[in-house]
Amino acid sequence: MINMEENMFSKNPEFCKDSYTICMCGVGGQGIIKTSTIIGNGAINEGKKVVMSEVHGMSQRGGVVSSELKIGNYKSSLIEEFNSDMIIGFEPIEIVRNLNKVNKDTKMIINTHSIVPSNISSQKNSYPNIDEVIDILRENYNYVYPINGSQLAKESGNILTLNMVLLGAATADETFPISKDSIIIAMKNNLKANFYDMNTEAIEKGYETVKSLQ
Amino acid sequence: MALEDILINKPKKKLFLLGNEAAVRGAIEAGISIAATYPGTPSSEIGDILHYLAKDANIYFEFSVNEKVAMEVAATAAVSGLRSFTFMKHVGLNVASDSFMTTAYNGVNGGMVILTADDPSMFSSQNEQDNRHYGRLAKIPILEPSNPQEIKDMVVYGFELSEKFKIPVIIRTTTRISHMRGIVELSEIKTSNNDNNKLKNNLKSNENVHWKKGFFKKNPNRYVPVPGNAAEMHKNLTLKFENIKKINTKLNKIYSAPKTSKNKNSKFKLGVISSGSGFNYTYDTINKYDLGIDILKLGFTHPFPEKEVLEFIKDLDGIFIVEEVDPIMEKEVLSIIGKNQLKISVFGKLNNVFPMIYEFNPDILLDSFKKFYQIAEKEKENEERNNIKDIYDEFSKEEININEYNQSTKLENTQLNKLIESLPNRHPTLCPGCPHRASYFAVKKSIEELEISEDNVIFASDIGCYTLGISPPYQTADYLLSMGSSIGDGGGLSKATNQTIMSFIGDSTFFHSGISPLINCIHNKNKFVLTILDNRTTAMTGGQSNPGLNVDGMGDPAPEISIEKIAISLGIEFVKIINPLNLKKAIETYKEAIEFDGVSVIIAKSPCALIKRLKKRKPMEIDYNKCIKCLECVKFLACPSISVKNDNIVIDPLSCKGCTTCRQMCKEKAIKIER
Ligand code: SF4
Ligand code: SF4
Repeated sequence: MINMEENMFSKNPEFCKDSYTICMCGVGGQGIIKTSTIIGNGAINEGKKVVMSEVHGMSQRGGVVSSELKIGNYKSSLIEEFNSDMIIGFEPIEIVRNLNKVNKDTKMIINTHSIVPSNISSQKNSYPNIDEVIDILRENYNYVYPINGSQLAKESGNILTLNMVLLGAATADETFPISKDSIIIAMKNNLKANFYDMNTEAIEKGYETVKSLQ
Repeated sequence: MALEDILINKPKKKLFLLGNEAAVRGAIEAGISIAATYPGTPSSEIGDILHYLAKDANIYFEFSVNEKVAMEVAATAAVSGLRSFTFMKHVGLNVASDSFMTTAYNGVNGGMVILTADDPSMFSSQNEQDNRHYGRLAKIPILEPSNPQEIKDMVVYGFELSEKFKIPVIIRTTTRISHMRGIVELSEIKTSNNDNNKLKNNLKSNENVHWKKGFFKKNPNRYVPVPGNAAEMHKNLTLKFENIKKINTKLNKIYSAPKTSKNKNSKFKLGVISSGSGFNYTYDTINKYDLGIDILKLGFTHPFPEKEVLEFIKDLDGIFIVEEVDPIMEKEVLSIIGKNQLKISVFGKLNNVFPMIYEFNPDILLDSFKKFYQIAEKEKENEERNNIKDIYDEFSKEEININEYNQSTKLENTQLNKLIESLPNRHPTLCPGCPHRASYFAVKKSIEELEISEDNVIFASDIGCYTLGISPPYQTADYLLSMGSSIGDGGGLSKATNQTIMSFIGDSTFFHSGISPLINCIHNKNKFVLTILDNRTTAMTGGQSNPGLNVDGMGDPAPEISIEKIAISLGIEFVKIINPLNLKKAIETYKEAIEFDGVSVIIAKSPCALIKRLKKRKPMEIDYNKCIKCLECVKFLACPSISVKNDNIVIDPLSCKGCTTCRQMCKEKAIKIER
């Protein structure tokens, strides 16, 4: 039986060539879908094939939002379990909720700023201590990059640039297949012109922060 | 990308489009003149984009009052020779079904495409019905795209097909396809010449509209299905359908496994037939693991392409059928095998190879293939039982284990599993400043003050943001069937029980399908309290306009229909408009309404907190000298802006909308307006 698994279900290197998958998760209103669209556009600018999955719906009402992006030969936009190359958590506990998408070597970019659910007082579970969460993640995964994205966003001029900070953070990892420059070009094609400078600054801030963690 | 890019006429240009954006592009390339919808996830964005682009694209677009009207608007446009497009979520087609069925009989002249977006796994719906059944019910062709490019191309093809056979065409998407973003290569936009001035009988020749108009040529025998005509019409429809069976289509395609595939020469000759999302998962799994199985991808799935399927399966030992929701293609394949007396084993939902309900994903496909090969391996050891039928029997032995579906995977690490299990959940809640929160608070308070036990009050809810009232602390949803059902349910419950009945319906839902039930309730002398939560928009689906507002689907001025006048005109004696954000008045009014003998209508009128043009109001703050930390505000309002931090109540000034609900309910007067 073990034999069968190994032979029959070994990955085909030809198909998996150039594959890179990114899972993004957080809470409604954090700009997750825009961010993944920008990454997708960046990939297209570099001549790559890309598909992406968005979860719409009750996003504006404080619910969970996620998106999955797959660069490579894929037709399906859903990432297989334990198969993300990178996960970007816009909210720290949301990354924990998506751990079934990551493996030991997944690059984990985590905004440490927490958003506590509003009905927390009527829930059985309490909101966990984030430092402890990060410690547990560090024990179990090889590439954990916690950054205070919300703080960096404020420093760039607006809390709404959080997604740009995280985007910059993503580009700092050397496995990330799209260059920072392509990302900035894609950002400019997707967002309003009057925020270019602020957004670019936010991207740089996220980039520098992760570089300093490596 | 700006939305305007959807309009650019640059063939071969590539855009990164959402499935719903691609649908709009397809309709524009096909040169449609009329489009109509009622918003519903996962197809809502199509309407939002058309709302924005319709005029520039020379399209008349409306948010119809409900899907049935949208169907009628599209049908009459198509019969007048125009290309028309209607789109709706799967359950929307239930609403439209009466006219939909006859549209097949009446046929069309200009092309008519009906896009129905199914919602497997029910991300935002009350069921996961499979609308491919509707094509069979009405004898209408169905196209099933697998990605945004195919959505665009199939919309265009759908119009050609529709026009050729004078029959409407269904495009069936699912949430994953409508909300998938992918690269779409554009084709040319067919410009529909607006030659309105050349129309004969153009009585209103001065009427200058931006869309092309058609001409309705009378032919009652063809368009009025009185029994005699209908018999003839059904004959014609059946004939059309038989003719469609004969056409060749490029939408069905074989993806052959490479000759070099390491598993190509396994003992059994296998194949997969698949469509929609199911195809994507199949393709990726087979190619990622190089399983060496050929795939027949079906894009044109009704009428079922019997010849192509027969050709594909006839030399196979076993065939997998990968389709989401119901085993429809599977039964079609079984029937082909039966008709042709073939010996082929079919592996699908009916014998537990793939789950019977919920959406698929790549992991499900991988699991199923693994299970197949595991059984095959086991059978290999068994000399006597070593053919595909044995594998088939092995699968068919198992009973369906529904509990296995949709269970989130456990990680191998117990520490991590514990952490995941300890997380608080994050369900959607009413927004900060949402007027429904105040309404629900007032309702609960009035029930408490009248000393009616909670068990004796039944809340009949409806479809909209206010359904979120189902969760604590409000718990104001006890029964729900469909759009508009709260009123009929309220009436029914008031006859069936002696309990206090309170129905809730939104403004858009009231227009959609609440008015006739209300007439029923008055005529049949029901007794219940109906709240029409008039938040001045269709909030749940993203804030579309509705007949209660003074703008139409294209942003033009439009007559505003008064809900109050409708209620009064029905002879209802208790009709009161309240501002729910005035809690004291609201509670008083509810107490009166509950005690009223008959149907009492309360119109709780206050705009949705997400409407952008609203005046910004100052946020609240806590007066810590007065706050006694009773936590009532936290517990009874669950406003996302109010939280407990380090043992203190805090209000987040950024998200607080200044609605003052908390300020009014705090008995200690400890909440004040920020200075
Ligand atoms: S209701 Fe008023 S007194 Fe009670 S915790 Fe809230 S702010 Fe404090
Ligand atoms: S904190 Fe109070 S005033 Fe602000 S949005 Fe919530 S309920 Fe309304």
